[in-house]
Amino acid sequence: MFSYAVFSGITLGGMYALVAMGLTLQYGVSRIMNLAYGELVIVASFVAYILMTTLGINPIVGLLIIIPASFALNWIIYRILLTPLVARAKNRGMLEVDSILATFGLLFIVQGILLVWFGGNYYSYDFMNNAVDVFGAAIAANRLVALGFAVVIGLGFYLVLTRTRIGTALRAVAVDPTSARLVAIDVNFASCFAFALGGAMAAVGGVLVSMFLTFSTSMGVVFTMKALIVVIMGGVGNMLGALVAGLILGVAESLVATYVDPGLTIAITYVIFLLVLLIKPSGLFGRSSS
Amino acid sequence: MSILTADTLKPIAIGAVIFAALAFLPSLVDNYYMSLAISVASFAVLATAWSMFSGPTRYISLATVVFFGIGAYTVAVLGELMPFALVLVCAGLVGTVIALLVGFSTLRLAGVYFVIFTFGLTELVRQVVSWHEVNVTREMGRYVFLDITQNDIYWQLLALFAVLLLTGFILGRSRLGFALRIIGEDETVAKHCGIDVTRIKIALFVLSALFMTLTGAIMAPRWTYIDPVIAFNPMLSFQVVIMALLGGPRRLLGPLLGVIPLTLLFEVLTANFPNHFSILLGCVFMVIVYLLPNGVIGLYEKYRPPKKRSHTPNSTKSGETPA
Repeated sequence: MFSYAVFSGITLGGMYALVAMGLTLQYGVSRIMNLAYGELVIVASFVAYILMTTLGINPIVGLLIIIPASFALNWIIYRILLTPLVARAKNRGMLEVDSILATFGLLFIVQGILLVWFGGNYYSYDFMNNAVDVFGAAIAANRLVALGFAVVIGLGFYLVLTRTRIGTALRAVAVDPTSARLVAIDVNFASCFAFALGGAMAAVGGVLVSMFLTFSTSMGVVFTMKALIVVIMGGVGNMLGALVAGLILGVAESLVATYVDPGLTIAITYVIFLLVLLIKPSGLFGRSSS
Repeated sequence: MSILTADTLKPIAIGAVIFAALAFLPSLVDNYYMSLAISVASFAVLATAWSMFSGPTRYISLATVVFFGIGAYTVAVLGELMPFALVLVCAGLVGTVIALLVGFSTLRLAGVYFVIFTFGLTELVRQVVSWHEVNVTREMGRYVFLDITQNDIYWQLLALFAVLLLTGFILGRSRLGFALRIIGEDETVAKHCGIDVTRIKIALFVLSALFMTLTGAIMAPRWTYIDPVIAFNPMLSFQVVIMALLGGPRRLLGPLLGVIPLTLLFEVLTANFPNHFSILLGCVFMVIVYLLPNGVIGLYEKYRPPKKRSHTPNSTKSGETPA
């Protein structure tokens, strides 16, 4: 039972880490605090559900459609909705407030559309639901596949950020947008690219999660919340921090769900968040001031 | 500075006359308009209380419904055990304690931590209350049968709103209000002036949460049945933010300008498009954020002719005028 709880915590934590990496990119590079982020995760889950149940396309193949589509969608969101706010903001604080408000509105629009189409029920679909033996615990194969993909995509993402030209540009903008301009980095393009890439990560997370968890239209807020907590806990903009924090959150949640009560998982999330705020608000690997 | 001067007595007197007149509303209109008046009054308290903290500090609180729901739940639990006035006191205490906890854990940090914390707080409180109801009391949902009429609710809300406006009015002329305005303009400057920034923010947040809790408590008898999903509906937090922003959260009477048109609009929308309410609300909100960043008041201040001031040459402008 313990090894099962830990393993399912690790799969869950891997998803949180993946989703949080996208959010830390959006917040760290584009400086957009995106409260509608979790809604995009859920939208991807529903798209995967439709592809699987009506067209018979399995979610792994579905990723080939969903990743470019979500990248394009987030690109458009940034260009149309957020560029005016970026242009209007006099400083980082104002952009933060404006983006919080705008994405808060977006959250209700997306949630409203999902509710009209799907209602408030819980959804799930059957994909690779056979058990596999891992260290004496029976684990559903779909969890293993999801975890595998999370590792591969997370690693690929990390390599893009650290080893490529565009990745270096993104990191430079994250450190200082004004100076990045001086070394001929197109900051507007980099912000837009980071936002779209972050949104694509959210979609990947949504598809992978939908393979082994039930989901509903109102779960977006919880995903946003958990991603935000992981981002803060790991330190804004810190990929390794997001990974460690995601795993901690996932395992803690899974242990509480197994040994205490499944109804209290959000409470443990908040306890962890509170501890981070009280002890080290800059995050596990964050520097104390920026 | 004394509160009772000729300058301050005039608005207080005018306000008292208006509120006294409003108290006679129940004898003039029928039930439908009374229920509309209750909606307007409750949103007026919520939006004004929200603006009292979030206006000057620019810390966007997304947790209005947490305090509102806590007030309502306190009434549901204690309503039949003690007189209603005592229940209101208890609700106020519970709201204050929770606001203090939230304030102490987030308000010494940058504003974004506060926003994130309040963003998830509704979900947390709803799930914890649900868990408690399922596992401890073993009953989801509670009935509120109290001997309180619609008119009583209206009068209580009216009184609460009057107290809130008076508090805000006095606050605007006190050292605390002045300190708050400095914090809103520039927190670093405020610190250098020797202002205990964290303590003032917490004090204001608790005060604003207290009024929200009381609104929830007063509104509870209207429902007769409540469960966590009804009491902690995030839509309410959203509505309050929209109203305050439409009116203009940086002036005392600003939010009221947003409350009246939007309550009427919500009434029309819920009646005609119940399934698309959330989408339409989101769109209305986007329009406000993009086109009216400083609210109706901001628009008015931008286009009105410059005011001539004869006796107060050093009067500070409290509203933010866009450059």
